Amino acid sequence: MAINPVPIDAGIIRGVILASGEAPLFSPSDRVEILARSPVGHYRVPMYLRGKFGVVHSIVEPSAVDNEEEGYGRNAGSKRHYYRVSFLMSEVWARYAGSPRDELRIEVFETWLVRARA
Amino acid sequence: MSTQDTEHEHDRDHDHAHDEITAGDGIGYYETMEIAVRELLVSKGFIKPEEIRRQLEVLDSRTPALGARVVARAWLDDEFRARLLENGRKACEELGISFYDDTQLIVLENTDKVHNLIVCTLCSCYPRPVLGLPPDWYKNKPYRARAISEPRKVLAEFGTFIPNDVDVRVSDSTAMIRYLVLPRRPEGTETYNEDQLASLVTRDSMIGVVAAGVADPRTVK
Repeated sequence: MAINPVPIDAGIIRGVILASGEAPLFSPSDRVEILARSPVGHYRVPMYLRGKFGVVHSIVEPSAVDNEEEGYGRNAGSKRHYYRVSFLMSEVWARYAGSPRDELRIEVFETWLVRARA
Repeated sequence: MSTQDTEHEHDRDHDHAHDEITAGDGIGYYETMEIAVRELLVSKGFIKPEEIRRQLEVLDSRTPALGARVVARAWLDDEFRARLLENGRKACEELGISFYDDTQLIVLENTDKVHNLIVCTLCSCYPRPVLGLPPDWYKNKPYRARAISEPRKVLAEFGTFIPNDVDVRVSDSTAMIRYLVLPRRPEGTETYNEDQLASLVTRDSMIGVVAAGVADPRTVK
């Protein structure tokens, strides 16, 4: 649960409590871990990233329905954010041949992310 | 490449004849299924044949030529470029390109420090509203697996050699975002107009596997 942080002098009324999922839980530069779940059925997080650590690059707006639910025709209901998460190639692939700065970016739905220690 | 080609790895000195390449006679399982479901939906009145035709026309109207216009405009107009990088979909909509599949678009700018490459490791997510249908190699497993794990090698096979002081950034497109690479404007094109610039922008350069080409200015209008 988040309270709209915008100050009153911006013309926004304070004290409006947002519903779960309305405000993003993660911010750019947050370090996150991709959950190592193995759900049965339709999923959008590739196997090669499960259990890997990355950094939130940006929040994808607007919030959206979970594509994994949408895959079964459930396209209504609560929305959450997708995040563009960045990984170093060298952290994803043990024997990566290339620059140590080479990166991978991918969009990941909020429910797949957990906060990792910096 | 067909399955037959993949399985049929032979050396270069042929000692046998090949069948002529023709379209197969019969239709496959999924094609039959698609026709059956389509005819059922039409006969039950859920969709009309005109709607199917209309959607095919929508798809047919989307080709890499649209993306090339977007890139050329971005090369010429800094303010448009800024809006395009800020929100790819909105900037394309300014030019009349609609997003019928309700995807968002992130435009990735290639610079002298970063080279972007696009892949969909799970299937074939592709910026169809601006580029049309993806090429077959984009949907095949070798590209999908290797673009993400050894991008520099894949790029080299396309003839694109990225020096080590340029970072390679691969975007895996898997959910609601589609990506379009904004290639670097080729040198020596300062005097080109938008049409001339657009003619240098190929589909592959907007996927990120090659750079935008330099054509002889005499051959472009």
